[in-house]
Formats: sequence, C-alpha cells, structure tokens
Amino acid sequence: MAKSPKATPIRVLIAKPGLDGHDRGAKVVARALRDAGMEVIYAGLRQTPEEIVRAALEEDVDLIGLSILSGAHMALFPKVLNLLKREKAGGIPVFAGGIIPDEDARRLRRAGIRAIFGPGSSLEEIVSTARNLARASA
Amino acid sequence: MTRRAPLPAAARAIRSGDRRVLARAISQVEDRDPAAVAISRALFPRTGRAPVIGITGPLGVGKSSLINLLVNRLRALDRTVAVIAVDPSSPFSGGSVLGDRIRFDRSAHDTGVFFRSMASRGEEGGIAAATREVARLMDAAGFDVVLVETVGSGQVDLAIRDVASTRVVVLVPHLGDEVQTLKAGLFEIADVFCVNKSDLPGAELAERDLRELVHLGARSGWTPSVVATSTNPATGIDELWTAIEAHERFLDQSGQRAADERRRVAVEIVERVRARIGDELTARLEREPRLRALVDRVVARELDPESAAERVRRERRAR
Repeated sequence: MAKSPKATPIRVLIAKPGLDGHDRGAKVVARALRDAGMEVIYAGLRQTPEEIVRAALEEDVDLIGLSILSGAHMALFPKVLNLLKREKAGGIPVFAGGIIPDEDARRLRRAGIRAIFGPGSSLEEIVSTARNLARASA
Repeated sequence: MTRRAPLPAAARAIRSGDRRVLARAISQVEDRDPAAVAISRALFPRTGRAPVIGITGPLGVGKSSLINLLVNRLRALDRTVAVIAVDPSSPFSGGSVLGDRIRFDRSAHDTGVFFRSMASRGEEGGIAAATREVARLMDAAGFDVVLVETVGSGQVDLAIRDVASTRVVVLVPHLGDEVQTLKAGLFEIADVFCVNKSDLPGAELAERDLRELVHLGARSGWTPSVVATSTNPATGIDELWTAIEAHERFLDQSGQRAADERRRVAVEIVERVRARIGDELTARLEREPRLRALVDRVVARELDPESAAERVRRERRAR
C-alpha cells in the first residue's frame, strides 16, 4: 500500500560521543535509517553528552542513536541518560552501537540503553529495532 | 479582535522562551498537525519583528560554515539567533540525512541560539513548506535574527524569496564565467553576494566580475553588495554581517520592506487558497460520479483537458 502523505517521518539523532574519530559505522547506520524513510539528524563526531541532549531537544527527535568505539561508553552513555532525565526527556529511547563488551552491554541495558548493536549486526535488525523503539515511545 | 483572545498554553510558553515547547510546535507545523494552526494563529500578531536572512547558493560553497560564523558574530554582538537548516528529502524513501549541525560549534550552554534541521519533504524550491511558518514561530519566541539555510541543490533556491527579508547568495571561485551568473536567476534574488573560499585562486576575478554585474542588475533602488569571505581561517564575516544589516536598513528607510512584505503575503495567500482548492478538487474528482465521468471522457480523448478544466471552473463559480 502506498504510504499515506500524512504519515510523519520518524526523527532520529545519530551522534558520536567522545573522542574517537571513526564514524563509518554511524554513517552507514544513518544512511540505512534514511533509506527506511526516517529523518536522520547527523550530529557528527566528538559530541559531549550536553551537546547530544541539547541537539535531541532542539530537533525534537523520537529516538537517539549513539555510536562509540573508544571504550568510554560506561562514562558517556549513562551521562546522556541522566541529562535526558534531568531535562524531563527520559522518554526518548536511546540505542547504541560500537565496540561494547557483553558485560558492559548488560549494565548499560539495565541503566536504560534500549538496544545495543555490536559489529556484525544486520542493518535490517537495526532499522526495525529503531522503528519499534520510536513508535513505542510516540 | 482575535488579538485580545487568550493565547493557547503552548503559544504562551513559546513567547516566554520555553525551547521544548518551541521544538515541539516546530514538529507539529512540519507534520501539519491541526494543533499547530491554533499556535501559529495566536502568535501571528507578534511576528514580523525579526529579520529573516536567507543563505542560499549551490552545493558545497560553504553555507553551513558561514552560518556557524555568522551565529558567532551575532552572539558577540549580543543578538540572539535561531537557525533553520534545510536539507533534501529523498524522493524515493522520503527519508533524509540532515547534516548541517556538524558545522555548528556553539557551546551546549548558550541559550541565545536555537538550531533546527529541517527536511524539504518534497518541496522543490530549496526550502520546506513549513519553513516560513517555523521562522515565524522563532520570531515570536523572541529571537533577534532568524537565519535560513536553503538546500542548495539546484542553481538557485528561488523559494527563499518568499520567506527572507535579505537574501545572501553564496558563490565560490571558478563556478563559471559571468554568463553563468547572469542566466541562473541569481540577480533576481541576491541582496548580498558572498564570494566564499576567497583564499582560493580566482577569487579576486570572481569578485570583480560580480561587482561589474551587480550594476547591470540594480533593481528597486538597491545595488547588491559583494563581500569576500573565507571560513578557515575566518575572514570577511564582519563585513558580511555589515552588508546584511545595510540591506535591512535600506528596507526600512526606502519603504521597500512594506512593499516586499505585501508581495510575500499575497504570494502566501494565493498558495494557501490554491492548496485548499486543489485538495478539495482532487477529492471531488475521485468521489463525484459526474466529475469521474468528465475525467473518463478526457482519458477516452472525447474531451481535451483544457475544456474539462473550464467546465469544472464554471461549475465552481455557479455553486
């Protein structure tokens, strides 16, 4: 069935917190989400948690995706979640991708990161998870 | 008077500087949410105050980087700024990657700036259908200046003419000879020409060509100014803002602002009526048997489209 013109696109922020300079993965995911009909605000490299939360609020996104390869996820992800809560925006789902050891991933999920994708995750899986998270929070 | 009617809560919150409510209302305008109509209507009497500066020009000339530097300049002058950065939507998926925030380096704590990325959602003129309305919300929210960055996909994003009070056309050296500049419609919309990447060879030639050409194209008492800039390292940004302000002053002193606003408002009213009649007629052509039959006759080549249109028009007038 043709998509109704009234269907409003999902808005998602893709950002890389911390200092590593490898954004290939984030760009591949951004493109896949775009091809799935989403509006992807690509904030780019070296974002502080404060910048990420501010961008999410100004852009009124339905969803936030964080990409990280530096190993600083245990410091930076909870900070993003706490800042969102402080801004009364804890309802915006956050998912993540990158190099994240299983034990850390478990702790981050308990802390409120809704989904975590490691190397080898399929784009289909990421897109469908992102869509479900955004629709569930709307 | 509607002016004295109590403001909806959201409109009140936007007026008092609530950025979350502003961000939400912008989405509602983009999504054509009926709630947005009441907010826009309530705030309209409080708009028309902030200059809306359009930054347009081809892909890759440095519009986003210039906007970043203009924002810094305006903040140094203690002016608050809202930015709308428009990027294209894919005609295939409807999705988009909005990447203009990458060039934006304001501190996360500066509340004097508001940056919003916007997808064009099928509009062809280099801005989105919602851009004008969103610029008004930002104006009503109290920002001193609104900057609008167009898509920059075609030669010129002409629709900015119907939104911005001052239009800056950004070019770079070696885009083509002066004939390119003449044919592209640039002169109809440029109030200020900005030759960016002026550190590159050929910049002086481009600047000189433009200076000669602007005198050929002078209109309504304003000769477009030409400014050379570069963004890395930043040069010419103060001059660029000075040129923009000079045009804004010209608008006030010459009475041109009122004339321009009148033209823009007329265009907007026609657009709105056309959209409404179009939607209504499209629905009727599907729904009403007599009109369906009219379409069938055109398909069967018994009637030409112009005659069919004339019959529909006459019938509308009779109703």
